[in-house]
Amino acid sequence: MDNTGLALFLVGWAAATLRVATPLIFATLGEIITERAGVLNLGIEGIMFMGAFAGFAAAFHAHAAGLPGYLWLGMAAAMLAGLLLAGLMALLSVYLGVNQHVAGLGITLLATALALFGFRSVFGENAVLPRVQPFAQVELFNSVPLLGPILNQYALTYLAFLVVLPASAWLLYHSHFGLAVRAVGENPEAADAAGINVYRVRSLAVLLGGALMAAGGAFLSLAQLGSFSPGIVAGRGWVAIALVIFARWDPARGVLGALIFGGVFALQLRLQTLGFTLPYEALLALPYLVTILALALTGRHAAYPGAYLKPYRRE
Amino acid sequence: MQPPASPAVQMRSITKRFGALIANDAADFTLRRGQIHALLGENGAGKTTLMRVLYGFYRPDTGSITVNGQPASFSAPRDAITQGIGMVTQHFALALPLTVTENVVLGAERGLPLDLAAAQRRVQAAAQSFGIDIDPAARVRDLSIGQRQRVEILKALYRKATVLILDEPTAVLLPQEADELFRALRRLQNQGLAVVFISHKLHEVMAITDQVTVMRNGRTVNTVDTAHTTQAELARLMVGRSLTPPPARPAPPADQPVALRLDQVSAQDNKGLPALKALSLAVHVGEIVGLAGVSGNGQVELAEVLSGTRRVTAGRVLVEDTDITNADPRRVMQAGVGRIPEDRHASVVGEMTVAQNMALEHLGEFSPRGLLDKAHITRHAEQLITTYQIKARPDDRIRTLSGGNMQKVILARVLERAPRVLVVAQPTRGLDVGAGEYVHGKLLEQRARGAAVLLISEDLEEILALADRIAVIYEGEIRAVLPRAEADSQRLGLLMSGVRA
Repeated sequence: MDNTGLALFLVGWAAATLRVATPLIFATLGEIITERAGVLNLGIEGIMFMGAFAGFAAAFHAHAAGLPGYLWLGMAAAMLAGLLLAGLMALLSVYLGVNQHVAGLGITLLATALALFGFRSVFGENAVLPRVQPFAQVELFNSVPLLGPILNQYALTYLAFLVVLPASAWLLYHSHFGLAVRAVGENPEAADAAGINVYRVRSLAVLLGGALMAAGGAFLSLAQLGSFSPGIVAGRGWVAIALVIFARWDPARGVLGALIFGGVFALQLRLQTLGFTLPYEALLALPYLVTILALALTGRHAAYPGAYLKPYRRE
Repeated sequence: MQPPASPAVQMRSITKRFGALIANDAADFTLRRGQIHALLGENGAGKTTLMRVLYGFYRPDTGSITVNGQPASFSAPRDAITQGIGMVTQHFALALPLTVTENVVLGAERGLPLDLAAAQRRVQAAAQSFGIDIDPAARVRDLSIGQRQRVEILKALYRKATVLILDEPTAVLLPQEADELFRALRRLQNQGLAVVFISHKLHEVMAITDQVTVMRNGRTVNTVDTAHTTQAELARLMVGRSLTPPPARPAPPADQPVALRLDQVSAQDNKGLPALKALSLAVHVGEIVGLAGVSGNGQVELAEVLSGTRRVTAGRVLVEDTDITNADPRRVMQAGVGRIPEDRHASVVGEMTVAQNMALEHLGEFSPRGLLDKAHITRHAEQLITTYQIKARPDDRIRTLSGGNMQKVILARVLERAPRVLVVAQPTRGLDVGAGEYVHGKLLEQRARGAAVLLISEDLEEILALADRIAVIYEGEIRAVLPRAEADSQRLGLLMSGVRA
């Protein structure tokens, strides 16, 4: 590879890294906010899947009806679906005190089945996958030499890095709501005694997190693919769970984790197309192996939120 | 000062049931403005429950509350907070990873943005105006227990509390810290604060309060002015009978042989850090040595070394002439060491019966030919239950017993072996006065029998009441050994806080 070739390779890799990281950023930040409140939402994989489906189905029909902002309507529908599923999670885990592992996995099973059922009901069994014209990448930076392709990204990618990340960090560390979230996640008795409504704060955190997770799922169907398929989420929800621990529940570190995963994922895609001699299954596994490695290196000393997994009951 | 028109708080005929248990039984309580009012009673008398009702933690089944003459009904602490009521519970309601400022403003302010720098200045200003010395930027995790308590008080005052409920505030404090708390309360009282001081320590109640309401079995028995009562009268009201003063006991005869000797013993804690540092101590036949210290200074590790469950890295442990250094628990027991562990729930098997637990440590004797002799196990239990006045049947599962009865089972199990050395840790923690008295009586009996007793306790009053000599442990070292006559709580408190004698 000559210098130009190398530069092109690197630029392409960096641009793809940002794209691959985007849905993980939505999901990881959503899970961080949820877990900071003391709730582990293992429904994340199903909520992302439902977000991908609901977003696609809504956008498809809005487009058929000739509505102009059909993709954004799809995003809104996805987040609404995320809110509904997260509401169920909050009902089960916060108000009814159901074991969070069971509730979360149950929601993943339920949401996955509902989305598949919905897909067949809405679109039938077609030989050709239904498609919508997905979000286009912003082409504002074509005139920028070399780095243009990196800066030209989806609007949702800008949103993830420039809005959702700072907003999440601000919310957690510089708002009364965030203080309440951290308090109910560390010591709900203390928060209760301080006059905080523990159930409400936890539920709001779960809801907000669910909306973000679903948005991450919808990015896959509405930006990356323009279609919906059963394998669309491919374990990204579980990766986000791991990234939250890697991030030690900090939004900025969560984005860093998403970038590392995205970087390895984009690299293996490129290695595949370059005709690398490793079996492609091994390359596919690479980002997940890196995630496990990062977790093993950083997760051992992770200080979990004090009330992680513990339902709150006033005695 | 002329009496104000209406009391700060009036609770009338409060009843609170938990299932079959009646925690408060038509309890009445009146708190006047600007007074320090003790709520005195044994454990389980209903003091904390009554105050949790006032703080909105529990809803009473019947009864009414007025605050400043206005009827009040609280469904959650935030309702009580808005009425100017603050409570500092025994287990501090603080989020440890958060800073002092974050803990103080938590739930106290509205709106979405939180300007931490400004909040810190407000908390600092509030702390100064109330005379509370605390660094608002410190993480609560890094603060001492006394400092955490100050954060709790500041939290209540920051919410404009005019009534402050303190639930056994001195239980976790050194004597010096308690004195400082009392001075702070006096200052706050002069600023118009009314304080409810929950306690079962008579001398503190006499020292700090203006009025005392005594509770027994969920009822408020009587309210008296502190100036017009005595410790003896309060004790009688609290227990419902006169306490028998501990019998005068002869000093142990001098020149008794040493029964338990620790010689330059070192050991590590669970994190691998030094917990005991070349610790030496001797307990003679027929004496009680009290080991005083703030928790976490090596007491737990020492007790484990003496039960054979923690390895010694250097030094020797001797029972009379037997070397039990790093012996396993069975050999330690055989050498004549009996132990009453700190955590009584961990030293019994909760799901097994009283009789089984009593036989557990010597199963060999109850299983001739390898089969359990159930009749023998039951007979043995019945006999111990009678001897030690335990309120339980042999077939009761032990976890259903009250703390006092469970402790009696453990006592019976150990004392029936007439151990030559008795290692006792926190024997009356969580017990009511009656059960505590019983345990103390048994320890004195053992001393009279000629046992060497090592009493590890965080309760200075208990140590002062029982010990012939008092050793102070600080950071894994014995800082001083004082004869009882030369010890008082002030001197011990200084030694316990690390001041060299």
